[in-house]
Amino acid sequence: MLEVANLACRRGDRMLFSGLSFSLEAGTLLHVRGRNGCGKTTLLRTLCGLLTPDAGAILWNGEKVRRLGEEFHRDTLYFGHLNGIKSDLTAFENLRVAAILDGDEATETAILAALDEMGLEGREDLPTKVLSQGQKKRVALARLLLSRAPLWILDEPFTALDLDAVDRLQLLIAEHVAQDGLVILTTHQEVPLTSGQIRRLHLGTPGAGPADRSGDAREDRPADRRKSPEDEADETLTSFGLGRMGWSLSGHAGHGAGKTRHAPPSLAGAKVGGKS
Amino acid sequence: MWRVFLCILGRDLRLAMRRRTEVLTTLFFFIIVISLFPLGVGTEKQILRILGPGVVWVAALLASMLALERLFAADHEDGTLEQMLMTPQPLSLVVLAKVSAHWLLTGLPLVAMAPVMGMQYHLPEGALVAMVLALLLGTPVLSLIGAIGAALTLGLRGGGILLSLLILPLYIPVLVYGSRAVTVSAIDFAETLPYFSLLGAFLLLALVLSPLAAAAALRIATE
Repeated sequence: MLEVANLACRRGDRMLFSGLSFSLEAGTLLHVRGRNGCGKTTLLRTLCGLLTPDAGAILWNGEKVRRLGEEFHRDTLYFGHLNGIKSDLTAFENLRVAAILDGDEATETAILAALDEMGLEGREDLPTKVLSQGQKKRVALARLLLSRAPLWILDEPFTALDLDAVDRLQLLIAEHVAQDGLVILTTHQEVPLTSGQIRRLHLGTPGAGPADRSGDAREDRPADRRKSPEDEADETLTSFGLGRMGWSLSGHAGHGAGKTRHAPPSLAGAKVGGKS
Repeated sequence: MWRVFLCILGRDLRLAMRRRTEVLTTLFFFIIVISLFPLGVGTEKQILRILGPGVVWVAALLASMLALERLFAADHEDGTLEQMLMTPQPLSLVVLAKVSAHWLLTGLPLVAMAPVMGMQYHLPEGALVAMVLALLLGTPVLSLIGAIGAALTLGLRGGGILLSLLILPLYIPVLVYGSRAVTVSAIDFAETLPYFSLLGAFLLLALVLSPLAAAAALRIATE
């Protein structure tokens, strides 16, 4: 279980978010949304320990992530903007190195099977520099199949993938959540779940009202309405605004969650959310 | 633990074999710098004998610095460094493996080449042996100390110059004792023992401390 208490992050002079608190049970997908530059990647990198938060604590199973250190990394799989594969190594070699480093006992057949599953059959022994952008992404995503980490932190995993691969990845994520895994991801796409629950975190609402109104989660914001008029029927069960600036959190049961396309009415955040 | 160490070592060696130019550049730099001196100062036997040990060592320092910049930078660019930070392995072990690979690729060839280079300076046989031994102990220290600098300057613009300013002063003790060992050996080989002991002590100290320091620097640099 992942708990976040009163988290605050700053990039340069800009406060990206503060007072962010939530806790995620096993079998949950947290979908982090927000405009470009609102701090999605920063949040994800902070959660996996690559960045130090300016305030607040991150707890994994009740213990501070900082103190857990390598133990926490064993339970975490991070997939960032960079694929994290070596272009001079083959797809197979890349995965084998990753598996050994992650402490997984991945056999040769398991690695080949994972590459097949990602639709890379026959390309296992090519240096990844000759692969296309999407294929490289597939190589990197094959790690998801080999890893036994319960917590997946995925930063924009769907970019550069074709429809077929997007489907596959959505299925993978849904399976992981169904098996009591935890997934935190940023994407502009919807991820349908078969079981478990989806929660949404809306980061940064730039250009909104003054900061003192940010406590009101129910606030309707014309600017946002204009952007997503298609679906107001989102069954937002919990939408609360503990935050002092720029974020809101909502969640609902996962059954048929895929059909909801609209983010909950977001908080009127502060100016701090940024202009980008 | 050994498995992880060997995995990273093998990976870096394999990567270097697929991109040989970087390794060869270092070695040829070493050879050219050393060969330039006799051309510049003349071929007087006495002068060359005095200059020899120092020149070989300075060339070794500069050559081992050449490849340092790429030690972590390449992994930083494609995100593999980030993945290494996120693995359940101790980061200092990863650093040690990477430094070992770096030494095998840039330090060891210099050691092997040194006797040939020393001959250009009319060094006696005993001095050549002493030079190989001193380089064998000294060059790993250069790689280890260099790793701290490489980690600290990771991702900085113009990091290469800064790296040399940071690291070269730290190389001074190795340079002093390394070249003295060679000079002394020309007089009496038995007298070189304290120099080798000191170089060995540097190596042990660097072996223990520098992976930890470099690992800490890497965490800061990737924030």
